[in-house]
Amino acid sequence: MTSPTSTAALGQRSGVVERVSKPGGEGEWLEVSMGPQHPSTHGVFRMDVVLDGERVVRLKPVFGYLHRNHEKIAEGTTYLGSMPYTDRLDYFCSMTNNWAYALAVEKLAGLHVPERAEYLRVILAELTRLQNHASLCGFLLQDMGAMGTPLMYAFREREKILDLFEAISGARMMCNFMRFGGCRCDAPPGWLDAARRVVDGFPAFLDEFEALLSENEIIMARTQGVGVLPRELAINAGVTGPMLRASGVNYDIRKVDRYGIYDRFEFKIPLGEHGDTYDRYMIRILEMRESVKILQQALRDIPPGPVMDPKAKLRGLRPKPGEAYARIEAPKGELGFYLISDGGPNPYRYRVRPPSFINLTVLEDMCRGHTVADVVVILGSVDIVLGEVDR
Amino acid sequence: MDTLEQIVARARAAVPGAQVTILPNESPSGQHSLLVDAAHALALARWLRDDPDLRLDYCSNVTGVDWPEVERVEKVRVKKVVDGAETEVEETRKVRSGGYLEAVYHLYSMHKRHGPVVLRMRTENRADRVQLPSLTPVWRSAEFQEREIYDLFGIVFEGHPDLRRILMWDEFKDHPMRKDYVEPDDYEWEPTPHDAVLAKARKHFTPTTSSGA
Amino acid sequence: MLGEAILKGLAVTAKNFALSYVSRARLVTIQYPEERQPLPEATRQFPFLVYDGDDPHAGLRCVACQICEKECPPQCIYIVKSKDKKPDHTGKPQFYPAIFDIDLSVCMSCQICVEVCPFDAIKMDTEFELSTTDRFHGLLVHKEQLAKSNAYYHKIHPTEAAAVDARLAAERARADAKAKPAPPTPPQKPAPAPTPA
Repeated sequence: MTSPTSTAALGQRSGVVERVSKPGGEGEWLEVSMGPQHPSTHGVFRMDVVLDGERVVRLKPVFGYLHRNHEKIAEGTTYLGSMPYTDRLDYFCSMTNNWAYALAVEKLAGLHVPERAEYLRVILAELTRLQNHASLCGFLLQDMGAMGTPLMYAFREREKILDLFEAISGARMMCNFMRFGGCRCDAPPGWLDAARRVVDGFPAFLDEFEALLSENEIIMARTQGVGVLPRELAINAGVTGPMLRASGVNYDIRKVDRYGIYDRFEFKIPLGEHGDTYDRYMIRILEMRESVKILQQALRDIPPGPVMDPKAKLRGLRPKPGEAYARIEAPKGELGFYLISDGGPNPYRYRVRPPSFINLTVLEDMCRGHTVADVVVILGSVDIVLGEVDR
Repeated sequence: MDTLEQIVARARAAVPGAQVTILPNESPSGQHSLLVDAAHALALARWLRDDPDLRLDYCSNVTGVDWPEVERVEKVRVKKVVDGAETEVEETRKVRSGGYLEAVYHLYSMHKRHGPVVLRMRTENRADRVQLPSLTPVWRSAEFQEREIYDLFGIVFEGHPDLRRILMWDEFKDHPMRKDYVEPDDYEWEPTPHDAVLAKARKHFTPTTSSGA
Repeated sequence: MLGEAILKGLAVTAKNFALSYVSRARLVTIQYPEERQPLPEATRQFPFLVYDGDDPHAGLRCVACQICEKECPPQCIYIVKSKDKKPDHTGKPQFYPAIFDIDLSVCMSCQICVEVCPFDAIKMDTEFELSTTDRFHGLLVHKEQLAKSNAYYHKIHPTEAAAVDARLAAERARADAKAKPAPPTPPQKPAPAPTPA
């Protein structure tokens, strides 16, 4: 077995183009580093691809360029102080990151959340899912060369949702809104009506988006049959989220764990048949439609009441020694937080289970045999955010 | 899903010689874990994945934890003979715990929709006997996560297909997430230093009360 | 026919382009800085200190309890307590901050300092056009720059400021009620022992 610190595996040197002989001596393979500065790698992400002509033979993802050692910082910060840092993990979806962390601490400390806070959490999480999936479809199209038009249409809707976030929490992206035992504050008057207007206008946007894209011959030619992920490999590799459901596995944590109050809402789980990039794109469009249904139900049923558990303290939370693992269905997959408490104000061990990081395990399997152009499209459909991959 | 005691009983029958113990978890989450020994971990993992009642086919989270050796003073009530009569006396006792690195696996089942089952493996010490069997041959999702544990904690997973650093660069030394990690001395000026940062600052220059006004 | 969906897509784009001349919903950009987007009331940028009345020193609500300094996650607040005391809004003598600095280049606008302050002394400002040419000292703001009046607070966050004022007025009323001397008792009953103030 190669020693752990040796660089015997290919793809360790950045920016160097090498000629590597195939075992057998025929022909030459080319090693290309699709380096950290690249417009289509969704952040500072590097892939070392070994090519046989245009076809990918090997692919090694290299990351760590955005590693901020969030987990060690959390060991030196109080539980409340780590909440703004969780915004910055998957920076597109700060509300769901906050919820996952709040859920983990509530499990660890045994706190209770009032009903209005649960409804607010569901509303904000589904709004986050809408804007994440819309942006993702936009970015995927941009990677394919559509030069930003679908992206800008998606961003138009995203801006409406970000305005809602700003009105309720004060910030567009780094919301820092959930607390242990509820939400930081209640929605200002008129917010729920504004949210209803945005949600009711969303299906019209989706219809226009689909008219623009879903039957487009270029998109179908570039994504159908590209990057197929077989079902058993997806389960074994720990892939979660829309990528897993595109491969036909019916596993959505909202239905399995029924955390929060998701068991009160009626919504379906779309599943894909082929597991290719087109399925992953269509799953996200269909999930947006289901999220609109959940939002309409939640906005109709939200009860009045407090948004914070009256017994929960804001400062100085010291959970009893123990550990807890809590997970939610974040827009990118299963986001989990594992906390070990030693009775002090700071956690002893704080671990983020990032969906994008684990979904990247199968990138090589999906890209083998495809061309370099397909690699960009497949990576776009995996939906990674480097803030989460590297923490 | 069976209770943990039933799982342990069946595991001991299926993998003879395996040492499986239940570690209780005192928090309200109620997620107790199974401590397994390194020699039988791979066989046990295969059994957990393939057993028709459990079918734990999805390894959700693989974490490393650093437990440096700590000595606690515990008060214990002991029956002793004092002045000819047997009484209960309170004695203080030094208790040593820790001194190992730990790998924690959270397992779920996508087929049966149950879980989690928490597995734990411990190394012998934190210095040189830091090997553990890799469970990547059983669950591929452990591949990147075990690499991360190797990178940040220093546990060497034997049987891992590609064990090298993942988040830090390849030539980096030391393991950042350990409790005794010492940061390199690369202090930069900052206007509002506190606590540990202030201590580092004092080594480089004398910080005035900030606000040059 | 091959290419039909592409033509349909081009029709969508053409519709958006044409309608962007007439419909505000299709043209979503504004000419900043000549036009500015009206921001919601809850928007937050960086903290500032509130003072009541006209005197930024005498009316400063902050009593240098240093809770915000301890709770700030990136530790960007630096406080040095004064040695003497000054009366606060209920008349009780309190310490005040001799030095109160915030490093804006570190502050991440998380609002935790505002949430934990027991005296409603630090609130979030909405000013974001703070660019400066000096990377270090230009972004280190001191007490004099941070202290802004309660009238300014009412202007930027009217609902919140009204709620804070109501709460502080209730506190003042409670403090006044406790300070009033005990009412005279009727002559039949013996005089009660004077209650401590």
